[in-house]
Amino acid sequence: MQNKCIINNKEYNFNDGETILEVAQRNNIYIPTLCYLKKTGTPTGKCNICMVELRPSGELVHACLTKVEAGMNIITESDKCVAHRREVLEKLLALGYHDCPTCPIPGDCELQDLVWKYGAKGIDLTKKEKDYVVKYITPFIRWDSSKCVRCGRCIQACFDVQVNNAIRVYEVNGEAKKADRDDKVTSLFDSREYVERLKAEFTEPILPAPDENFCVSCGECVQACPVGALSSSYEWLGPKKWQMKKVQTTCSYCGVGCQLDLYVKDNRIFLVTGANEAPNYGSLCVKGRFGFRFISSDERLKKPLIKKNGQFTEASWDDALDFISKKLTEIKDQFGPDSIGVFTSARITNEENYLVQKFARAVIGTNNVDHCARL
Amino acid sequence: MAGLAAAFGSGAMTNNIGDLQNAEVILITGSNTTENHPVISTYIKRAVKFRGTKLIVVDPRGIKMTKFATKWLRQNLGTDIAWINGMMHVIIKEGLWDKKFVETRTEGFEELKKIVEKYTPEYVEKITGISRQDLIEAARMYAKAKSAAIVYTMGITQHITGTDNVKSLANLALLCGNLGIEGGGVNPLRGQNNVQGACDMGGLPNVYSGYQVVTNPDIRSKMAKAWGVANLPDKVGLKVTEMIPKALEKSIRALYIIGENPVLSDADIGHVRKAIESLDFLVVQDIFLTETAELADVVLPAAAFAEKEGTFTNTERRVSRVRKAIDPPGEAKADGDIIMELSYRMGYEMKYSSIEELYEEIRQVTPSYKGITYKELEKEGKFWPCPEVGHPGTPILHTEKFPIGKGKFHAIEFLPPAEQVDDQYPMWLTTGRILYQYHTGTMTRKVDGINKLAPECFIEMSPEDAEELGLKDGDLAEVESRRGKVKARVKVSDVARKGTIFMPFHFKEAPANLLTNPVFDPIAGIPEYKVCAVKVAKVA
Ligand code: SF4
Ligand code: SF4
Ligand code: SF4
Repeated sequence: MQNKCIINNKEYNFNDGETILEVAQRNNIYIPTLCYLKKTGTPTGKCNICMVELRPSGELVHACLTKVEAGMNIITESDKCVAHRREVLEKLLALGYHDCPTCPIPGDCELQDLVWKYGAKGIDLTKKEKDYVVKYITPFIRWDSSKCVRCGRCIQACFDVQVNNAIRVYEVNGEAKKADRDDKVTSLFDSREYVERLKAEFTEPILPAPDENFCVSCGECVQACPVGALSSSYEWLGPKKWQMKKVQTTCSYCGVGCQLDLYVKDNRIFLVTGANEAPNYGSLCVKGRFGFRFISSDERLKKPLIKKNGQFTEASWDDALDFISKKLTEIKDQFGPDSIGVFTSARITNEENYLVQKFARAVIGTNNVDHCARL
Repeated sequence: MAGLAAAFGSGAMTNNIGDLQNAEVILITGSNTTENHPVISTYIKRAVKFRGTKLIVVDPRGIKMTKFATKWLRQNLGTDIAWINGMMHVIIKEGLWDKKFVETRTEGFEELKKIVEKYTPEYVEKITGISRQDLIEAARMYAKAKSAAIVYTMGITQHITGTDNVKSLANLALLCGNLGIEGGGVNPLRGQNNVQGACDMGGLPNVYSGYQVVTNPDIRSKMAKAWGVANLPDKVGLKVTEMIPKALEKSIRALYIIGENPVLSDADIGHVRKAIESLDFLVVQDIFLTETAELADVVLPAAAFAEKEGTFTNTERRVSRVRKAIDPPGEAKADGDIIMELSYRMGYEMKYSSIEELYEEIRQVTPSYKGITYKELEKEGKFWPCPEVGHPGTPILHTEKFPIGKGKFHAIEFLPPAEQVDDQYPMWLTTGRILYQYHTGTMTRKVDGINKLAPECFIEMSPEDAEELGLKDGDLAEVESRRGKVKARVKVSDVARKGTIFMPFHFKEAPANLLTNPVFDPIAGIPEYKVCAVKVAKVA
């Protein structure tokens, strides 16, 4: 039985040091998680939803923290696990104010999915005091404290993935706890201390949120948040993810070339998230994630324009292209091809750049082709 | 780019982005990484935080990266060659260089050694303002690391000595054997999304796609055959920075400008505007009516990136797919389609049934892209060079040898910036980008939330300078250079160095490039955006 374990009565190989969760995920065996942020690879074991049962002892252990041992016999959905998960979920529901129709991401929520899956019961919201805050930390980042499940994923996203260190711990009513106001959070601050604190004060009304003075709106925490506590202003206002078509493409701002998922409906982009691919693996910056609205700006050019007596007038493609063709040919005939220059662009595709230089060289007959963004 | 090509035979990033995590030491210079390449900065920050990577930042401004640095050297503007030569001086003197690498894989070492001889830490301190102790410690840190990566951007290239600055960084990496290894390399980060691709595809006056030179008759005839034309021009064309003055002289009569806004982005824009206005004919193809488009005779509406299919090549030479998500507005068309239609009207038919077919032609005539098929990009991006189908692509360059055989050292002397401060213009101005805005703001300034976060231009100034000039945070001030004047609000900040102010160039109401100096690096053709002399006064 060297490096073999049993999950749900089937045998699997594992590597030294692998956790139950890692072996399960590698083999497409479902174990629910909330606080686990795969990207950082440092599980905190905070939310307790991933507890699985060991046989024959019947012990419940964290799948995310427990290293697999040879011969280990694991059941992922035993009655005991399910009962435990239901209990955890009911506690989480009671902690917040989960009136789903007021959430920015209904239908795209990990908590909601788990509640359905395990049949957890919600509390009577009419009896609950509503002392929560909803506010825009930046124009792009919306915080709704009533939805937070204290999983700490946002902290890991901000401290351990982006290393922007912009999250502080707040009282439920939105006042920052005093110690966190002092900027003791140095550049290499360890997120674990924060996560530990949330764990210790699990029943107390504290929760993490971005600090507007440090947040750079990268949205890593939004993408990490399993619920609607951290969302983007676009998610709040626009159609929901599952109502839209998803198209993966490459960011058009800087040279990093991050992979984006564009969410599209009715020929319009409403939302952008980071695609889980190289080179960015889900991370983006404010421009890539939130800077796409220019595409649907009213100021976009929609028709060719020809200048007559100093004034632009709209023209058909035929007229515009014929006019350009005639003028360029005249200039080429009179002054030679080298009297014409072409500025191609760092903004257009490879294929287009290739065509542009081919046009300059093979059609006009000049090597006067260059682009502005030299480096 | 020209600098790296001269040293190694290739101008691109030598190592991939993810590989930065393998570096024992990372040296960043002239790159405000957290603002200009935010996602790359996360790799560097994580390396420092979790992998014990030591970070050296050489930058006059106290940019965010300095908070993560083990060592921050704050050099005087435009003195890069001096500190790099100084580091090499220390490394050679202390015998810390990689003798085996230098002997087997490089040439020109003796000349380099002779030149850097006089760049003692004391001499360098006088020029750069970097203390001798800091210089020595940084040199040791870089040289002793098993692998050390260099990362730079425009802060190095946008100088009259830009090409020499880059060659100097290449010297440093060669000297310590930091090429062709994991966690090493010399890595220029590209500013705009597809600069790498535009260069790769021959959007340069001297080369076809894949850097095949236009002056080589064999290559010319190969391309002429592929394109079905009798012959192709054999003389190297003009760079953008040459075409502008030639337009003033009337030897350039017509320009066809695609997706660029030189009236706002080029140095000394007053001069650029005049040159463009003196053209007989100007066509601009763009998604918005930019400042440049307003001067055009014909403006053509183009599609944005999300409205077309194709590929981009990122800064690490990774070719990735661009996919169409929506249709362009109104009658706007993809840039490629416009060029094809125009070409047809001018008597040359470019006919492709799909982008894939066009890509296939590129693959056939471009050796470095030959092994990257359009189909496999469907799944994930791939690194060039990739010489044949089935080849895995090349994330790290120069592992065995350089394209030019041996790596070349270039012995380079320090030259001061073209413009010096004097009684009349006593302060230095440097320009750049900020996180929230992009280039000339054509796109970002049409996004509401971004305008809330970064609504206007500013003059970043040290507290000492502000006090001396009687300026407070938020005061309106006027910056004047020999070429023009611009007004903006003062932002007093520790980030600025005393005697040097910084302005972003995204804002058309306060175009910083009215002030900058259009003298450009003779080889790379990049203007000296990064240094000019100015005076600052409060606007009453
Ligand atoms: S948006 Fe980015 S910087 Fe702001 S809190 Fe979230 S992860 Fe941190
Ligand atoms: S805001 Fe979201 S990610 Fe952060 S702790 Fe609350 S639920 Fe978790
Ligand atoms: S998301 Fe940001 S870092 Fe990534 S490519 Fe776009 S602009 Fe660059």
